[in-house]
Formats: sequence, C-alpha cells, structure tokens
Amino acid sequence: MLGWELPPHHSGGLGVACYEMCKEISATGVDIEFVLPYTADFNIDFMDVLPAHPQSPEEVRMAGGVYDPKYFMKPNVTILDEKLDLRFQHNLFASNVARLVESREFDIIHAHDWLTFRAGLMAKRVTGKPLIAHVHATQYDQSGGGYGNPEAREIEHSALAEADEVFAVSQYTKDILIREYSIPADKIRIVHNSMKVPDTAADDHNVHRYLEIMKSQGYKVVVNIGRQTLQKGLTHLLEAAKKVVEKDPKVLFLIAGGGDQKDELIGLAAEYGISKNVIIEGWVSGKKWRDSFKIGDVFIMPSVSEPFGLAPLEAIGFGSPAIISKQSGVAEVLRNCLKVDFWDTDKIADMILQVTQHDSLRNELWKNSYAEYMDMSWKGSAELMNGHYHSLKERACA
Amino acid sequence: MGKQIVLYLHTHQPYRIKPYSIFEAGSDHQYFNYEAPDNDMNNRFIIDKVSEKSYLPTNRVLIDLLNRHPEFCLSLSITGTLIDQLEQWRPDVLDSFKELVRSGRVEIVAETYHHSLAFFYSRAEFVRQVAMHADKIREIFNVETTAFRNTELSYNNDLAYWADEAGFKAIITEGWDPVLGWRSPNYVYQPAYSTDIKLLMKNYKLSDDVAFRFSDKNWSEWPLTTEKYCHWLNEGDPDGEIINLFMDYETFGEHQWADTGIFDFLAAFPDEWLKKPGNGFQTITEAAVEHDAKDKIDVSHTITWADTERDLTAWLGNPMQVDAITALYELESKVMASENADIIADWRKLQTSDHFYYMCTKWFNDGDVHAYFSPYDSPYSAFMYFMNAYRDLQFRLAESNNN
Repeated sequence: MLGWELPPHHSGGLGVACYEMCKEISATGVDIEFVLPYTADFNIDFMDVLPAHPQSPEEVRMAGGVYDPKYFMKPNVTILDEKLDLRFQHNLFASNVARLVESREFDIIHAHDWLTFRAGLMAKRVTGKPLIAHVHATQYDQSGGGYGNPEAREIEHSALAEADEVFAVSQYTKDILIREYSIPADKIRIVHNSMKVPDTAADDHNVHRYLEIMKSQGYKVVVNIGRQTLQKGLTHLLEAAKKVVEKDPKVLFLIAGGGDQKDELIGLAAEYGISKNVIIEGWVSGKKWRDSFKIGDVFIMPSVSEPFGLAPLEAIGFGSPAIISKQSGVAEVLRNCLKVDFWDTDKIADMILQVTQHDSLRNELWKNSYAEYMDMSWKGSAELMNGHYHSLKERACA
Repeated sequence: MGKQIVLYLHTHQPYRIKPYSIFEAGSDHQYFNYEAPDNDMNNRFIIDKVSEKSYLPTNRVLIDLLNRHPEFCLSLSITGTLIDQLEQWRPDVLDSFKELVRSGRVEIVAETYHHSLAFFYSRAEFVRQVAMHADKIREIFNVETTAFRNTELSYNNDLAYWADEAGFKAIITEGWDPVLGWRSPNYVYQPAYSTDIKLLMKNYKLSDDVAFRFSDKNWSEWPLTTEKYCHWLNEGDPDGEIINLFMDYETFGEHQWADTGIFDFLAAFPDEWLKKPGNGFQTITEAAVEHDAKDKIDVSHTITWADTERDLTAWLGNPMQVDAITALYELESKVMASENADIIADWRKLQTSDHFYYMCTKWFNDGDVHAYFSPYDSPYSAFMYFMNAYRDLQFRLAESNNN
C-alpha cells in the first residue's frame, strides 16, 4: 500500500480514510505494508508502516502536501531547501519506493491518489505486480471542476490508464473518471468510504467557551470543517451566510481548517458585513477538532466537487445533522440529510434557517442520520477490496 | 522680520494584540501579553527597543537644547497607552520626559488617552478619553493642557467646534492644499463656526523634509544640512509668521536611525535658526495666543496628516476595518453598564487606532509590505486576532451578566 499520510500526521481526509480502510482490510486476513514518505510513531498494530526514506512529517507537510497541487511546479529558484519542493518530494518517494519493492515480498500494489501513482507505476514495472490506483480526489475536483495542475493531471492519466484496476470512492467519482479521464467503466470499482469517530463521552467541557456562552444566549452555530480552498465551495457558504444573518443575526458560522482561501474568506465576510457572525480558523486537530464538530447545531459541506466527503459523517458521529452538496460522493450513501446544489445559496440559506429555527427538524434529521451512520462500516468495502485483491492475484499468476 | 517655529512632536505606542485564536476566547482574557523574545507583537520588547533607539537619545538632545537656548521650546503629545507602558517597564524613560516638561518650555498637547477614533464613533467615549488623558497628564507631569490634537491629526469643523466649547485655545491639523487653497500654512487661523479657538496647520513640505526625506539618498537635496534647511525656513515664505513643523517623535532614532545623522541635525538646528535676529520658537498655545487669526478655515470633510490621500482610509478604508470598529463600538453600552474596570480597560485598549491600521490592505495588495509597519504577517491575521479578542470581550460581558 502506497500512501502519502496517516493520522495523526495528516492534513485531511485521505490519511483518515487510509487508516480506517487498512484496519478493516487487515481484519479480512490481508497483510499490509504501508509505505509513507516520512518516519513517525503511529502506534498501529494491524499493519507495518514503513518510511520510503527517513525524514520528518513536517518536511513533507511544508512541501505542500497531497492537497496542494499548486505547489507542484517546475523547480523554483526561490526554494532554498529542495526538500520543501513538492516535486522533489514526489520524485524522491517514487525512486525510493522502486528501490524498496525489490527487497519486499507482496502480491498487489495499492496506491492512493496522484502523489503516490508514479511510485506505484515504477513498483509495477520493477516487480511486474498488479497495480490498483485508488482515487480519493482528482485534479478535476481539486480545481473545483477545472483542469487542475497539468502535470498532476498527466500523472493521473498515465497511472489510471496503466493500472490493472481503479478504485473510486463513489459513483460520482467513477462518472468523473469516465467523463474527464476516458477510463473504461469496467475497469473502475466503487469502494465507498466510511467513518467512525472516536468515543468522546468522557470528554470534559468544550474548548469553544465563546460559542458555548453565545449558545446559552440563544445563538445557533453552523459548522464547516475542512480545507479552505476553491473545491470546498466556501464562498457560496458565505453568500448564504449573509442571507441567513439578514433574517436571523443570532446564527454564528464556525469555518475551520485553514487553506489557500482563508484570507479571501476573511475579506469576503467583511465585505458582506458579517464578520461578527463568521469565525474563520486555521487547521484544527485533536480535541479542538472534535469540539468544533460538537459545538455545531448543524454541519454544512457546500463542496463544488467532493469525491466522497467524510466530514458530514464525522459531524453526524459527533451529534450534528448535515447539509451537504449534491456534488459529492457521500450524497450517494446518506439519505437523512439535506442535499443542495452548491451554487444555490438561497436554498442553502433557507435550509440553515430551517434547521436552526426548528429543533424538531434538527433532532429528527440527526437521529435518523445517526442510525444510518451506525449501520455504515468499512467492513463491506474491505471485503469488496479483498475479493478484488484475490482475483487480481489469480489473474497475475495465470 | 523673524519667524517663530512651532515644533510639535507626537509619540505613541499601542498595546498590540497577540496571536489570539477563537480557542483562547472565553478562557484567556489577556490579549496584550505576548512574551516571545525579539518579537514585534511583544509590547515590552517594542518599548525597550524604541526607548534605546529613540526616546532616551532624543530626550538627551532636547534637554541639552533647552539648557543651551532659553528661546527653545516645543510641544509634545504623548498618549496614555504609552505612558502606561513606560510606567510599567521603563520608568527611567518616563523620568526623562518629566525632565523635559519641568523646564517649563515643553507644552503637552491634549488628545484621546487611547489614540482612538472615538470621535467618529462615540462622542461620549471620546469625551471620557480626553478627560482621562488630561487627568493622566496632570498626575504625571503636573501641567494642564490647552491645545488639542485628535488621532492622526484627523480634523473637521465638528471637532473644532467641540474643542472650542471644551475651552481649548488651539487645535492642530494638516496644512492640506485643497483646504488651504491659496492660503499659506505659515499663519494662525480660526476654525469655521468657532468663537475663540485658533487653528494651526502643519507645513507638511518642510516637516516631511526631516521626517521622511532626511535620509533618502535619492532625494535631490540629500544630504540635508542645517544651513540649507534654515535657508528654506527663512526664505520660503518671507511674510509668514510661523512655521509649523509637526512630526512623529519617533522620527528621531526610529524612522531615521542615529547613523543618518538625525540627532546631530536636531542638536545643531536651533543654533543655526537662532542666528537670524527675530527668529524664535513657540509652543502651539503660545502661537495661538500671540498671533491674530488671518482667516477662517472651513473643513466639512475629515482630513488627516496620513498618506497621500490625507484621509482615514488607512484605518477605515476596507470592510474588515469597518466591521471590526463598528462591532467594537456596538459593545459600548454593555461595557459601560458592566462597571467592570478590567472589561472597560480592555475595550479601550482595543480602540487604539493602530489595530485598524494593521488591517489595512491598500499596500498589502501591492505587495509593498514595507510601506507600512505592522507586527502581523498579514492584515487578515490582524483582523482575526482582533475579532477573537472582541469575542472574548463579548464572552466576559455575557458572563458578568449571568452572574
């Protein structure tokens, strides 16, 4: 298995998805060696985690990470330390993985998203083992329905074309791969993500003391947690927020996660005159991350293009109903939530007002979505992947 | 016929907000206590730095000038937020300011305690802050104030009317050409709609020769000698009665570093100026009392001494700045009703205009981040830290109501 990150040293949903998925795959009797571009302590007992080469997670994060293809560019003379260059990190990972696989025994190469695809291709060429390219997000998604970084897109194209099989996290993503990447439909398997949040019943008071006291005064809190970038549709959320606040000034918005759009969002909230109602925060983790979900009366994910979207499931797990954009994979598996087109800000505003003003609606939505959430698991997806592993292995031996 | 120089220096330091997130709001009520060494968000570090580079060496030169020249005098404004910080961390520096004032020839100019823009948002709070400042000046320096300046020399007819009613003898602002028209800044004027108060307007060309251009090697007049400068002062406007040289105190040693020769210039300049018979110095109030007003000046729109636009856009020019300051003043009635001294004090420290200046994007957009001074990495960070501090104030108000 080739990945770019695992929690707690991760910057988004990919690391979490890989972790949860591997835990269940290993439970079906598969031995996993998970190769990362960095060294760190993980306290993971269900698989072996190997570094492709020794360096700290911070060095990889500073290079830009899997979510920032804009940092993947021609070598830049202004970059003083080449390790901080995403292209350098990408090439380093590929060449070290190619060397590493010569000394390991395995049957399948399973690579997650474009930063590991070249490593996967090289491993396939060196060893002749079958390659699965697992698509969690494409350049199409990350550019909000555009072309994305041309080089990253080229890497996606060649890997998806040469891979023996392609796993897509949703029908939504499968459609994109067929439409935008011309990948034959029969080569793509849908493997839905799932999510279980940690049990936090024993947690003491919420770290959001400000929001708590405001809630005690009748304020409602709308939460979005995720990277603040074009793909996530947050400018649409602010437009909706403006409409909400006009009707009800006692609705607050907590938008946390950081990203290249952060400053733009701060400026936009001010332009709309709703800075008092909109709290924009950077990257949150640990208790701050959990409590940010928990403080919400409703969670909103207004993404422009979301291959899957685990955040609404996390929110439901932490006790909050969700409003999600129809342009997402999670919309395929979740029924008890409000679904809306990301561009329809009137509708988004209306939904937020309905949920925040009517506890009956809010509670019914959450109760039913929580039941769905409890029924979901990685188990089904893991068994599905296990089956694909076996048939690929047989084909390879034949 | 000689002329009188009205030298006016302004000094101020804000309480800068530390990097303050939403997670601190409600649990950490200290916004101004950043302690990282050598960091521009660390207020004590700044006070120490500016004390050594500017306050102490400048006061040494000024005391020497006061001792050597009985004709030498000047006006000085020093904000409450600076006095408080000097009392806390550098009483030695405050003593050197007291020594200046004890000469009897250094006038202290009245202003808002917190270097705020309260005049434009809450007249009641503005009046309270001016009274607080007057009290503090009396306590520290044992003098009464008779001349008034508003933050950034912001000025309009309303302000002059208020200052006149409040009994001030003089008020000052920028000698901005669109306001002066054909008139010269080198006379005393009277504000429109006023009865007694006089108006002095900065000669920005001659002031900025020192404050901005002194060390500029691309300036055709560089280097500026006291002979050349006094020649301009004497010959520039032969009939002028006064020359209003208004500038930041930190010009000496902070904006213009010691190695530019600025201290030598300051030390030698009165010698050169006083060579001509009849030349002298006056404080703002002296000039206002001793010269007749030449005309009435009508300023219906607010002007300031800042930027090429001479307006408040560096403080209130973008929506973030307007959102932040509006939110802050909306809290006024709750803050005052709380009768909680800590909450009121913190609310006032947040009113200091510098916080809004740090949110200015008009230079940041050009990538010219060196065009203005800010301890923050971006105007957006400045805005976020401010808004989170504002939210903590909201929290404390709600908490004090619940109790």
